[in-house]
Amino acid sequence: MGILLRRIAATLPVMAVVALLVFLLIHLSPGDPAALIAGDLASTDDIARLRATLGLDEPLWRQFALWAARLAHGDLGTSIFTQVPVTALLAQRIEPTLSIALVTMTIAIVFSIPLGTLAAHRAGSWIDRAVMVFSVLAFSVPVFLIGYLLIWGFAIQLQWLPVQGYARLADGVGPWLAHLVLPCVNLALVYMALLTRMTRATVLEVLQEDYIRTARAKGLAMLAVLGHALRNAAIPIATTVGVGIALLIGGVVVTETVFAIPGVGRLVIESVQRHDYPVIQSVLLLSAGVYVLVNLLIDLSYPLFDPRIRDA
Amino acid sequence: MMKRLAPVLAAAALGACLALAAGSAAAQTKTLRFVAHADVKILDPTFTTAYITRNFGYMVYDTLFAQDASGTPKPQMVDKYTSSKDGKEWRFTLRPGLKFSDGKPVTAADCVASLQRWSSRDSIGRAMTAAGAEWKAVDDSTFTLTLKEPFGLVLDGLAKPSGFPPVILPERLAKMPTTAPLSEVVGSGPFLFKRDEWVPGSKAVFVKNPAYVGRKEPPSGLSGNKTAHFDRVEWLYLPDSNSSTAALKNGEVDMIEQVPPDYITPLRSDPNILVGSGGAYQGFIVFNQLFPPFNNAKVRQAVLHAVNQEKFVAAMGYPLDMRTTYCATWFICGGPNQTDAGAEPFRKVDVAKAKQLLAEGGYKGEKVVVLVPTDITYLNAAALVTVQTLKSIGMNVDAQTSDWATITARRAKKDAPDAGGWNVYVTVAGEFDVNSPMTNAYLSAACGNSLPGWPCDKTLDELRAAWVRETVPAKRKEALDRFQMRAFEAVPYAYFGQYSPAYAARKTIRNLDKYWGIPTLWALDK
Repeated sequence: MGILLRRIAATLPVMAVVALLVFLLIHLSPGDPAALIAGDLASTDDIARLRATLGLDEPLWRQFALWAARLAHGDLGTSIFTQVPVTALLAQRIEPTLSIALVTMTIAIVFSIPLGTLAAHRAGSWIDRAVMVFSVLAFSVPVFLIGYLLIWGFAIQLQWLPVQGYARLADGVGPWLAHLVLPCVNLALVYMALLTRMTRATVLEVLQEDYIRTARAKGLAMLAVLGHALRNAAIPIATTVGVGIALLIGGVVVTETVFAIPGVGRLVIESVQRHDYPVIQSVLLLSAGVYVLVNLLIDLSYPLFDPRIRDA
Repeated sequence: MMKRLAPVLAAAALGACLALAAGSAAAQTKTLRFVAHADVKILDPTFTTAYITRNFGYMVYDTLFAQDASGTPKPQMVDKYTSSKDGKEWRFTLRPGLKFSDGKPVTAADCVASLQRWSSRDSIGRAMTAAGAEWKAVDDSTFTLTLKEPFGLVLDGLAKPSGFPPVILPERLAKMPTTAPLSEVVGSGPFLFKRDEWVPGSKAVFVKNPAYVGRKEPPSGLSGNKTAHFDRVEWLYLPDSNSSTAALKNGEVDMIEQVPPDYITPLRSDPNILVGSGGAYQGFIVFNQLFPPFNNAKVRQAVLHAVNQEKFVAAMGYPLDMRTTYCATWFICGGPNQTDAGAEPFRKVDVAKAKQLLAEGGYKGEKVVVLVPTDITYLNAAALVTVQTLKSIGMNVDAQTSDWATITARRAKKDAPDAGGWNVYVTVAGEFDVNSPMTNAYLSAACGNSLPGWPCDKTLDELRAAWVRETVPAKRKEALDRFQMRAFEAVPYAYFGQYSPAYAARKTIRNLDKYWGIPTLWALDK
């Protein structure tokens, strides 16, 4: 418990630095939300008045101090465009994003770990080569291209699945899953490629260890041997899965755009495009927080796979 | 085995029942799924001139007068009106039974407060104020307008479809400061906004306003009976054009407000889809007139002589039937103020004349900064043709690329072009923001008005004022011609052509002949 608290405390300075960097990056980049809000036919006087109303004419240090003070009280602010609190915007976007992360990683894990283990077990065979060709292809072909092909095949030609949108889980598991299949398969291909290669490499390395040779010499069934090997290869795989989940929660802009899913990724991009400072700052800070938290959880999970770490 | 499967089967059965129930409820609700051209973020049409906010305004608010399909102002919320012979005294009576979405009746006091708010924002409203306009509520349903000077645009102003349309708000909202957008939406229009279903960046939902009192006349343009046929309208924002057209083909959406030019031809070949033209747009080459070389009218004329309108609109990707090869007027070909006055010298591209004017204008090869947007395809194309046009007459062009958001901030800066400012940018505007000396953003920019580019021509200001004052149609036409002739001399901006954005709808959508330049979704049916 002490270790956990120390680790959490250690993340606070990291988050403070992230907050400062995010604020400076956004405010120093060219662009003016007041000009965008006012519209194409607005005069420079109108824009100047709006800047004053929004507090954008205040010195940068003061704007940061005000934001940081609000943040310290748990207030993420309000979108300067929609006037909707950032927490409400996030609440709308988090379910699609978490759903994508969950389904994508489930598909990726279910397929890639057996595939990678099989490829390692049959290293050099046609199965291994086929798995590696799949991995290279899935990783190399642009996500949007596969997305369009999936839409063309399964939505337009076969009409099995919808082209776009998101259905809330509360509206039923069927519609929820139907809207997630294409985007999640699209994304899962990338993670499958990554995890399959990772699993193959680490299992292959473990399979060459002395204790594996001993186990096989003693006549242990191959499936049981692979089980042992997999457990010892689990740490890099778990790390990749963890980072993958963090990336997915941070938002997958291309997939969310192609399939018109209102997730966190699109929220960030839309906010960046229109310089909606409170939204960008808060969402990026929270994304950084998710990374830190996931990394912490990954670290804490290591002893589950390797008791020597716990003992050390 | 069956025991293990039982919970799974039960869950599946429950899911199927729920899906059936949802399907049945959906079947009872007639829904229009409409892919809007942008994401609606600001819900106050009295605050921004963004078209998406204007369109939102027409969904939930109503206006006292409205243009019909021919562009003629017709009474909308107004039942009867009278005016004195000299046009200085007006009296308006509201239709009975009009209600806001909060259940309160629409009163003359609401109208007066709304018009006062509008007058502080809009070009015609400001001109009306300058003519001594005074609005006064007489009783709950009657209000008056008194002017000190003749003003020929009273009804045109009250029916102004774009820029800042004079929508009617409850008095308490209309009296709020105009320095920030209103967040509360209380209107008396054909639809009610479902704030609880609003997902900014994705979806805005409207339901039919049960308390809406429609007119007896059939819908025409923005006027007539606006009683909605759909129970529910979903505005979807689908940022990927490929996905939105695929969704239309698949029947997941009913209509796309603006189809990117590249997709027009493929959609036309689909037997289930109808592609049509939604209004007219004009392209603007905007000059920064604070700095050389464009502070000289001869240099601006030079550019206008070099503009090949057909090249511009073709580069934007519009098919032949959706673009004009040449439009001689500043006020939209086919619009109510179309005129050829003063256009003759500009009818054909004349590079030699352009070079001569450039020399007479004192251009000595100084660098010209052109802002090129990268994220809006049609503006990118227009900006690149502008670069080529300027180069063709011997200008030293520095094309600087950035996203549109950066350009909107940069164009408002009065810094010198080599110190973060600019010389030229391109934009487009819909017909309603182009089609008269008062509504055209740049032609209505009087000296002292700080529209980016900062055009100022006192003669043009006087001619505009004369046109506004004129109430006799024949004399107004003469005043309009004089104004346009002066515009060709002063060149506040250079227009680069006219095109019609395309909409696409599934053929199950009816009444598309009543669809207008501004989405008149209340007129559509399925």
